[in-house]
Amino acid sequence: MTSSVYFSLAVLFVVALCFGLTPLALAWLWAKVFAPPKPNALKNATYECGLVSKGDAWIRFHPAYYLYAIIFLIFDVEAVFLLPFAVSFTGLGVAACIAMLVFVLLLIEGLAWAWAKGVLTWA
Amino acid sequence: MDQNLKIELGKQGVFITTIQELYNWGRRSSVWPMNFGLACCAIEMIATTMARYDIARFGAEVFRASPRQADLMIISGTVTKKMAPQVVRLYNQMGEPRYAIAMGACAISGGPFKQGYNVLKGIDRYIPIDVHIPGCPPRPEALLQAFMTLQKKIDGQRLTGEGRPSFLDAGAQGEFPIPEFGEHDLEPPCNRLVWPAPAVIR
Repeated sequence: MTSSVYFSLAVLFVVALCFGLTPLALAWLWAKVFAPPKPNALKNATYECGLVSKGDAWIRFHPAYYLYAIIFLIFDVEAVFLLPFAVSFTGLGVAACIAMLVFVLLLIEGLAWAWAKGVLTWA
Repeated sequence: MDQNLKIELGKQGVFITTIQELYNWGRRSSVWPMNFGLACCAIEMIATTMARYDIARFGAEVFRASPRQADLMIISGTVTKKMAPQVVRLYNQMGEPRYAIAMGACAISGGPFKQGYNVLKGIDRYIPIDVHIPGCPPRPEALLQAFMTLQKKIDGQRLTGEGRPSFLDAGAQGEFPIPEFGEHDLEPPCNRLVWPAPAVIR
């Protein structure tokens, strides 16, 4: 086992795990011994700048936020999917290219919508 | 531990400490206040956080917006009776260990507006205050001195035994009742456990 190529990596992994978990374990021990939990209704109440919060937090958001969702899809998710495609471009067949083209065209439609809406220019 | 022995050992390169000292050193060097300014004293508090009288060099690195993440509440400014329930609610929502500094005359006792119908005559009627800073407003240096006084207080807090602070004591009072709006005054007008009213001698 000591002769395996990955032995040092395994050691490093175990040490890194301990490095992260040991302070947590020590803090848990300290809390158990020294810091008694003292929850009460007032302490656990929802924070709303000192006011009493009424009602649910699951409110309906303004539909104008859909634009941000579209822009995120185009500039973030599409870019992430385009990167592996670009790397393995020469090794793929026609079907893969067509599928990717459909994907890109759908998102270009979203980009055209956002462009026409005028969100890409500073106001 | 004898102080002279400690110093002698320190000269030889040996560092002796106790867990209580380390714990309190860690706690007093990183007291994070809460974003809580009410009136003119808040301007002086802001000045204390700025470059000239930097409070960050004493450990108050950031002023947290949420009471859950804050250790210290600097009540800076006049506490009106309308605002008092919110102050008490926020103090309750802070996680222990928590400290409070009453900054300025208004927070200590109502200050120059003591005759006002809507002024709470001192926030220590409802919550326990650790340090009072007199002044109207106290200069930033005074706030820094109050901060250092609080740090000395934290340094002296015990970890176990009789005199330990309330956050280490499961039986100590952790909930401070929030006053309600009565007809002319807050109900109750003060918290008897926190502020034993002086007896009236007629």
